[in-house]
Amino acid sequence: MLLISCPWCGARDETEFSCGGEAHIARPADPNALSDAEWADYLFMRKNTRGPYLERWVHTAGCRRWFNVARDTVTNEITAVYKMGAKPPRARAKASRRKR
Amino acid sequence: MAQSHRLSDGGRIDREQPLGFTFNGKSYQGYAGDTLASALLANGVMLVGRSFKYHRPRGILSAGVEETNAPVQLETGPRTEPNLPATEIELYDGLSAASVNCWPSVEIDAMEVNDLLSRLMPAAFYYKTFMWPARFWMSYEKAIRQAAGLGTTPVHRDPDRYDKMHLHCDVLVAGGGPAGLAAALAAGRTGARVVIAEQQAEFGGALLGERDEIDGAPAIEWVAAALAELAAMPEVRLLPRTTVFGYYDHNFVALLEHRGDTVGTRKRLWKVRVKQTVLATGAIERPLVFADNDRPGIMLAGAARTYANRFAVTPGRRAVIFTNNDDAYRTALDLKAAGVEVACVVDLRGDPDGDLPDRADAQGIEVLGGWAVTAVHGRKRVNAVEVMALDASGEAVDGEPRRIDCDLVCVSGGWNPTLHLFSQSGGRARFDAARSLFVPGDSMQAECSVGAANGTFGLASCLTEGHEAGAAAAAGAGRRRSQKRISVPRVAETVEGAWRNLWVVPGKHPVGRRAKHFVDLHNDVTAADIQLSAREGYESVEHTKRYTTLGMGPDQGKTSNIAGLAILARERGADIPDVGTTTFRPPYTPVTFGALAGRDIGPLADPVRRTPMHHWHERAGAVFEDVGQWKRPRYYHRPSETMGDAVDRECLAARNSVAILDASTLGKIDIQGPDAAELLNRVYTNAWDALAVDRCRYGLMLGEDGMVMDDGVTARLGENRYLMTTTTGNAARVMGWLEEWLQTEWPELKVHLTSVTEQWATVTLSGPHARRLLGAFTTDIDLDAKAFPFMSLRQGTVAGIPARVFRISFTGESSFEINVPAGYGLALWTALMGAGEKYGITPYGTEAMHVLRAEKGFIIVGQETDGTVTPVDLGMDWVLSKKKDFIGKRSLDRADCQRLDRKQLVGLLTEDPNSVLPEGAQIVSELRDKPPMPMIGHVTSSYFSANLGRSIALALVKDGRARQGQTVHVPLDDRTPRAVIADPAFYDPEGDRLHG
Amino acid sequence: MKGMTRYSIFSLVRNAIGYHEGWPRAWRSPEPRETYDVIVIGGGGHGLATAYYLAKEHGITNVAVLEKSWLGGGNTGRNTTIVRSNYLWDESAALYEKSLQLFEGMTPDINFNIMLSQRGVINLAHNLHDLRELTRRVGAIRLNGIDSEVLNTQQVKAMVPILNCQPDARYPVLGASLQRRAGVARHDAIAWGLARAADARGVDIIQNCEVTGILRDGGRVTGVETTRGTIRAPKVGIVVAGHTSVLAAMAGIRLPIQSHPLQAMVSEPVKPVIDTVVMSGAVHVYVSQSDRGELLLGAGIDGFNSYAPRGSLPVIEQQMAACLELFPIFSRLRVMRTWGGIVDVCPDASPIIGKTPVEGLYINGGWGTGGFKATPGSGWVFAHTMAQDRPHPLNEPFALERFTTGALIDEHGAAAVAH
Repeated sequence: MLLISCPWCGARDETEFSCGGEAHIARPADPNALSDAEWADYLFMRKNTRGPYLERWVHTAGCRRWFNVARDTVTNEITAVYKMGAKPPRARAKASRRKR
Repeated sequence: MAQSHRLSDGGRIDREQPLGFTFNGKSYQGYAGDTLASALLANGVMLVGRSFKYHRPRGILSAGVEETNAPVQLETGPRTEPNLPATEIELYDGLSAASVNCWPSVEIDAMEVNDLLSRLMPAAFYYKTFMWPARFWMSYEKAIRQAAGLGTTPVHRDPDRYDKMHLHCDVLVAGGGPAGLAAALAAGRTGARVVIAEQQAEFGGALLGERDEIDGAPAIEWVAAALAELAAMPEVRLLPRTTVFGYYDHNFVALLEHRGDTVGTRKRLWKVRVKQTVLATGAIERPLVFADNDRPGIMLAGAARTYANRFAVTPGRRAVIFTNNDDAYRTALDLKAAGVEVACVVDLRGDPDGDLPDRADAQGIEVLGGWAVTAVHGRKRVNAVEVMALDASGEAVDGEPRRIDCDLVCVSGGWNPTLHLFSQSGGRARFDAARSLFVPGDSMQAECSVGAANGTFGLASCLTEGHEAGAAAAAGAGRRRSQKRISVPRVAETVEGAWRNLWVVPGKHPVGRRAKHFVDLHNDVTAADIQLSAREGYESVEHTKRYTTLGMGPDQGKTSNIAGLAILARERGADIPDVGTTTFRPPYTPVTFGALAGRDIGPLADPVRRTPMHHWHERAGAVFEDVGQWKRPRYYHRPSETMGDAVDRECLAARNSVAILDASTLGKIDIQGPDAAELLNRVYTNAWDALAVDRCRYGLMLGEDGMVMDDGVTARLGENRYLMTTTTGNAARVMGWLEEWLQTEWPELKVHLTSVTEQWATVTLSGPHARRLLGAFTTDIDLDAKAFPFMSLRQGTVAGIPARVFRISFTGESSFEINVPAGYGLALWTALMGAGEKYGITPYGTEAMHVLRAEKGFIIVGQETDGTVTPVDLGMDWVLSKKKDFIGKRSLDRADCQRLDRKQLVGLLTEDPNSVLPEGAQIVSELRDKPPMPMIGHVTSSYFSANLGRSIALALVKDGRARQGQTVHVPLDDRTPRAVIADPAFYDPEGDRLHG
Repeated sequence: MKGMTRYSIFSLVRNAIGYHEGWPRAWRSPEPRETYDVIVIGGGGHGLATAYYLAKEHGITNVAVLEKSWLGGGNTGRNTTIVRSNYLWDESAALYEKSLQLFEGMTPDINFNIMLSQRGVINLAHNLHDLRELTRRVGAIRLNGIDSEVLNTQQVKAMVPILNCQPDARYPVLGASLQRRAGVARHDAIAWGLARAADARGVDIIQNCEVTGILRDGGRVTGVETTRGTIRAPKVGIVVAGHTSVLAAMAGIRLPIQSHPLQAMVSEPVKPVIDTVVMSGAVHVYVSQSDRGELLLGAGIDGFNSYAPRGSLPVIEQQMAACLELFPIFSRLRVMRTWGGIVDVCPDASPIIGKTPVEGLYINGGWGTGGFKATPGSGWVFAHTMAQDRPHPLNEPFALERFTTGALIDEHGAAAVAH
């Protein structure tokens, strides 16, 4: 069970949170200007990376605030937690040291 | 009855506390401190079970969790429990247990015929046969199922309780043997918060069954001192009878504590977030794989001396020790000391020369170096073994066999570190080729292995390693090292020789012929089975496991996995690590379902939500329906009424007099801030800028995929304040949805949301007399239709209670939705009921509500929609703004949403006005004799409408609006009613009554 | 099939005389060749079925199946072995029914007992909304010519006496759907049997061969890079449940797939206590009893993307609580083993089977939590798609393009009713 550090509440068990999937997918400013394929890309297509991944979580059973998490999807190691609107950590999503 | 095999003194049992128990219906006596296994052995009972596949007689193999042979059914009745190893059951007075998987008895088992037929049943034989005729498989299978399984499931509900405990600690020590105790001491002395868990009732681990000395005194005295010191430390928690069974991500560790059936909570699941874990889980002895190595009386050497030393039980009268290492000589020495005749030590090694063989020699114990046990005599109990000399290669035996009478064979193939938790933590085992054993590799989480679990077998080194690891763990958890200088206890280290690993002991006959060489005793997997799997190309160890069922039983291969791996490697001509290691999966030992569920069962399985008027509804005969977690009255049942009668009565009242509904469950979100209207603009399909204060508007919410997600009325309470209502089932989802957009996408919007669903009780009055009834309760709200028009709200008092009154309607009647603080809900309800009596006020439930709204053609999200329906499909284009963007708008322009033959919402009128279509029924345009038949849609809602005097239905039908007037068919099991497609608004389509 | 020793009671007896020392390998272990006509990436059930049907139905035998580890080691060997075809939408029903029919003929077809046990699958309804959806589903299934029926509470109780059918249960049983032809099949046997049958038709099954790159020449595929060297082929199919996104990314293709852990567990073996498969989608409980006597339980997916084939304990706790609410007498049984797999989840809970923007590259993935039951059907349509370079009508609706056009096949069903 993951231990996630909510930027507002501190470290809490995974069960208090919900995962909102890939982070940094901005809603297009003018959806009508997009082709169907471009709209589908926004709507459905996801990196689903095997390895370091940036994703959104919300502290559902706590402060109800959303924030970003950099987590390795193979090791589940969390390398960074940062607030909404903040830039993703560049080097912090370091290569995983563990493989299974 | 006398305990024929009990020593007169020694051991850790309490002879002052005799305990009576029964096994397979016979009465015996043991002592406090016994396990069921030790008590049975004390009474000379060795045959305790039958094997899984061949039903061969089996005796007690071990003294611990690795037991493969002695699963029993403990107790009968509600507290019965199947498959518990006798070695793990602490004896108590009155215990009753029985063997499993044998009939009629463990002595005479009819299914033993399988052993005779075993040549036809090699590993995985069932994949190669039972194929003809193909349809007979299920008949074969029925017989197989009856034969399989071990114990039986209770037939009653579990009378016991289970709890869950949550804990954080600096250091968790898994295992209370010497290394674990040393680690706990070292960590505890720093003031660290330490938890030490031991699966047995007593701490001490292997020391409980050994005759070691520490600091010149019996080791058990050191254990007692260590426990006393730990118990005095305020931050240290000792958890006996507690197994660390699972190691999960982020150093989350799960423990199962067994507390016994006599205390309030039978078991507790401890969920521990650990800073540093010390794995002192010990090692499990390897059996040797030789001909008929499963006969009762063949026991692990370590277990045999545990029974002698700890339980003062002699598992046999005359023993042969069969070993590949020095450690088993301890068994020879200890058994001899306990008065057991030790016939000889059969040692696979040619020239055993360590300290222990020397001591055995000095004691006059015969040692056959370079010999092997090649045959076992005695089916239900060993009565002799044959031994032969190994040739130089160790691949074969030669010379004449020698027969040695004995009733006990103590075997040891060395020890395997218990790596389960290490493996679960993500670590990969490393193969120590020199010693032919797997040891922990690099740590992947904050843990370290010590003692036998780390491949460190000497007591002195275990203590040192435990000590160092405990101190390091405390430091790693941020504790300062203790100032006290601690001396590691002194132990005279014994020099031990190397093991000789012969993974299959050669015999007179090749493996697979005549005798059976068991690797997995639990699942009856033999060396020949493993060879067969390799021969057939099932070469990966995972294939071998699955093909042969090696390691798949309740013991999960604790004594068999490594041997299996080695035999497979040998068969493939590969090195052991190249064949792979198997992954150890949680749990380490089986975990009771009830403990995992804890208290989350029965009424606590899922919270039930009730409105403030719930008990009134109950008294009024309401039949409830589950909507999400809410209980809502479906209808109010009166004696002599059918449900149909009740719903008709409620529906008629709503249109002809006045009816009252508890609508408290609707979701309510208080939206405040200067950008509130802008938020509504973005999440609802229609425009909200122009909505005046005290006015209401219906809104439809889409997912970004354009599909209808929720609907409801939102009212403007003030300049910057709105109250959104959502459907009951979607309240939390909508709240989460709005928050997500606000926080992640539109942080610039100045809006705050508060869920106020449970702050308000909502009472809806509907019908021609609604206004007059309400009028009697309010003086500060002008209820006149002109002063208080449809789709507006007023704030004032109702029955003296501060209230918000909305003129909105889901029934199509003139209605008032009265919101009062939740605590006043019941007061308002009873006041209205009392005064409404003269109008024949009628409470109505969700069923009548559904009928009334269906008469109007109003949708219910989740009933007329299913996540694939757009507003256009519903004929609700009028609610889509063309001027602004909103969530989901772009998706509506996609090709599939523009299709002309999409399913559209229509009304359905059955040809027979009394025929009510089942909701969910499929619709076809052309009837065929039999399926397949193309379907054009389905019935979403269907009722008998008392107001219209006929049945009505709503449906989603392909290109439905263009089919108005067409007749369609609804094929059901027993009839195929016909219906005509109609407009969905059946009643008052102009809406005059709404505004009235 | 050339060179395949027939399995039967006779061959068993014959080999028993020889102490089973004469059994041949079930499949070869060849070195990869430099080129093939078709490469199938992924030696799970779907990949092996693809290869088998390429050989059997289309005569394409110069095929390599590349498996990064051991065949059948992914979701094929980790699922709860349920097979059924009781799907709501026509497109799904047709595909899964094809699969169930292939299962029904598979044991004699591949001469390997896959232990198809059509003991029936029951899906429970716990509220009025469930009942309505169940009626809809059963009606649709029946009109599609597939067996399905509605059971009332008494009928459910009669079939599964140990189920908690008390009206005051937290999840009362208001009814159920039953597909009698549904049931379970032995997952490993399907992988092994298909491997053996494909091998006998000339397919090379290459284990421990991980694909590290997909070779392209302009817009078309030319082969793959592997840990055992470059292997060329004009057609490459990706059939790697759980890792579809990873392989597709090697060819620059973005997918609407999310990978999640899915957990399952077995109890210790007990004597027969439940004959049918009982599923409750609402509370995520899937229970059956194996022929060995173990209760086999499936849970819901863990809520975040992960390629770690293990899950969190709370998911198991939650599933167990719901299980005990439905089956109170299981409380004192014990979990023997838990495990996880990685499942590809599509937004509409339906798979993607078809062509990709890269010519000669095909994808079969996104099966979510229910791929096992589709194994032969999936392989059959995918073999057709690869052989003909166009989808079979059965898998045409499951093209990747549906996420652009919006023609989703939404098997999530309706969310909870919301009045």
